[in-house]
Amino acid sequence: MLMLSTKQDASLSQDTISIGGHGQAKEIIGRFLRNRAAVFGMVVVLFLLFCAIFPQALTQYDPIEQNLRDRFAAPSAEHFFGTDEYGRDIFSRVIYGCRTSMEIGLISVAISCIIGVVIGAIAGFYGGITDNLFMRFIDVLMAIPNTLLGISIVAALGNSIPNLIIALSIGSIAGYARVVRVSVLSTKGTEYVEAAYATGASDFRIIFKYILPNCLAPIIVQATMSVATTIMAATGLSFLGLGVPAPTPEWGAMASSSRAYIRDYWWLVTFPGLAIMTTAFSFNLFGDGLRDALDPKLKS
Amino acid sequence: MLRYIFKRILMMIPVMIGVTLITFSMMYFSPGEPADYILGELATEEDKALFNEQNGLDKPFLVRFVNYVVDAVQGDFGISYSTRQPVIKEILSCFPTTMKLSLYAELFAIVLGVTLGVVSAVRQYSFIDNFTRIVAMIGVSLPSFWEGLMLIILFSVILGWLPPSGLTSWKHWILPAFTLSTWGLAACMRMTRSSMLEAIREDYVRTARAKGQTQFVVIMKHAFRNAVLPIITVAGTDFAKLLGGAAVIETVFSINGIGKLIVDGINTKNAPLVQGGILFVAVAMSLINLLIDVIYAFVDPRIRSQYSSGKRIKRKSSKKATVS
Repeated sequence: MLMLSTKQDASLSQDTISIGGHGQAKEIIGRFLRNRAAVFGMVVVLFLLFCAIFPQALTQYDPIEQNLRDRFAAPSAEHFFGTDEYGRDIFSRVIYGCRTSMEIGLISVAISCIIGVVIGAIAGFYGGITDNLFMRFIDVLMAIPNTLLGISIVAALGNSIPNLIIALSIGSIAGYARVVRVSVLSTKGTEYVEAAYATGASDFRIIFKYILPNCLAPIIVQATMSVATTIMAATGLSFLGLGVPAPTPEWGAMASSSRAYIRDYWWLVTFPGLAIMTTAFSFNLFGDGLRDALDPKLKS
Repeated sequence: MLRYIFKRILMMIPVMIGVTLITFSMMYFSPGEPADYILGELATEEDKALFNEQNGLDKPFLVRFVNYVVDAVQGDFGISYSTRQPVIKEILSCFPTTMKLSLYAELFAIVLGVTLGVVSAVRQYSFIDNFTRIVAMIGVSLPSFWEGLMLIILFSVILGWLPPSGLTSWKHWILPAFTLSTWGLAACMRMTRSSMLEAIREDYVRTARAKGQTQFVVIMKHAFRNAVLPIITVAGTDFAKLLGGAAVIETVFSINGIGKLIVDGINTKNAPLVQGGILFVAVAMSLINLLIDVIYAFVDPRIRSQYSSGKRIKRKSSKKATVS
C-alpha cells in the first residue's frame, strides 16, 4: 500500500515537472513575443538567412561577372544599388555577401562556443590546477586585443574564408569560457548535482546532463550577440585586406575596394556598410530580447 | 594595496610570456622567408644564408624564442626590416598618437555616454529614453571603418568642414576620435542607464526624496554615486579595446599610430615589428586593466576597507580579484 502510494506520487510529480517545463518554455516564448523590438530583430535575421541560402531568388545579376560598359552606374530601377568600378551590380553583391558573412559569423560562433563551453565547464567543474591552467590560457587570449589577434592569425595562415573563421573563433573563446565557468561554479554545489553524484553518474554525464543545461541561458544570449560582433570583426579584417580574398562578394572587402571612389560615387561604400549595420543591429535586438525573455531579472 | 599591485604585476609575467609565444610562433610559421623579402629577388643563396646567420634566423625555434624573450625584457624587440631602426623606437614614436586618440575617444564616450545614460534612466520610457536606446543599439552595430568613411563623405566631401586624413591641427582629431568613441559611448550609455535604474529604486533614494531633497541632488549625489562602479568597469574594458580597435580607424584616416604600424608591418612581412607591436599593446592593455582595478578599489569604500584591514579579508579579496 505504502509502495503503491509512493509510486503514484512519483508519477504525479513527474507529470507536474513535465508540465512545469512546458509552461516555462511557453512563458519564455510569450515574453519574447511581447517584445516588439526583439520580434522585429528575429524577422530580419530570418530574412537575412533566406538571402544567404537562396540569393538567386532575389537577384538576376551575377555578383562576380564584370561588365565594364556599365561602370559606376547610379542606383536605378535596373540596378537598385548601382554598379561598382567593374560594372558589377552592387545589390546582387550585397545579397551574395550575406551568404559569406552569415557563413563566417555562424560557423565561427559555433566553433568558439563549443570550445569555450568545454574549457569553461572543465575548468569550473574540476577546479584546482586544471582550472588554473585553463584560465591562464584564457588570460593570454584576453591580453591580446581581438582585432590584433585576428589580424596576426590571418596573416600567419593566409587569406581565405576558413582561416578567417579560425582567427575569429580563437579570439572569442575566452568570453564563453568565462561565462560558463562562473555558472558552472554556481551550479556545482546545488542539490540536484549532489543527487546525481549519489546515483553514481560519471563526471561527463554530470557536466553535460545536469550542469550545462542549467547554464544555457547566458550561453545562448552570448552566442546570439557575438554573431553580430563576429560579422563586424570579419568585415573589419576584410576591410584591412586580411580576410576574404578578392572576387568573392564580401561587405568589408567591397567597402575597402571602393574607398578610392567615395568622393564621386557614394553608393559604392554606402550599401555594403548598411548591410553590415542591419545584420548586426538585428542580431543585437534579437539577442537583447532573448536575454530579457530568458532571465526577466536582468531586464532593465 | 601595494602588495596587491605587486602581486598583480607578478601575475602578468606568465601571461606576457604566453602572448609572446603566440605572436612569435604565428610569425615563425607564417609563409615567406624574411630574407627573400628584404634582400629582393636578385639575392643569391649565400646572401640569404649570411642574412639568416646575422639575424639569428638559422637557429631552432626554441632558441630563437628564448633569445627573443631575453632581449624583449631588456626593451630590445629587434630591428625593423623595413627601416633598419630598432623596433622599440618605431613603436614609441607611434604609441603616443594612438594613446592620445584613445584618450580623446574615451573622454568623449564617458562624458556623453554617462550624461545620456543618466537622463535616459531618470526619464524612463520617455521619448528621449527610447530615442537614446535605439541610437545606442545602432551605435554598437556600426562597423567603425564604415562609420569613418560615411563621416568623411559627409563632413569632408559634402560639407567640407573637417579634413579627411592626417593629424596636423585639432580639427583632424575630431572625426577619428568620434568614430573610435562610438562603440564605447553606446556601451557606456547602456551601462549607466541600467545601473542608474537600479540605484533609483533603492531605499536610500526614497529616503532622500522623503527628506525633501531636490531632484538634482537626489540623482547626482545619492543615486549616481552608487551607480558609478559598473560604469568604471565598462569604461575600462572599453579603453583597453580602443587600443586594438584603433588599427582600423588609423587605417581609414591615415593616422600613423601603433595599429596602422602593425597592419603595415603585416603587409610587408615585418615580423619583428608585428611581434613587438602586439606585445607592446598587450602590456599596455594589462597595465590599464590593473589601473582600473586600483581605481575601482579607491572609488568603492567597501573594497578599500578590505585592503586596509586584516590579513584574512585581504586574502579573500585577492581571490575575488582573480575570479572576476
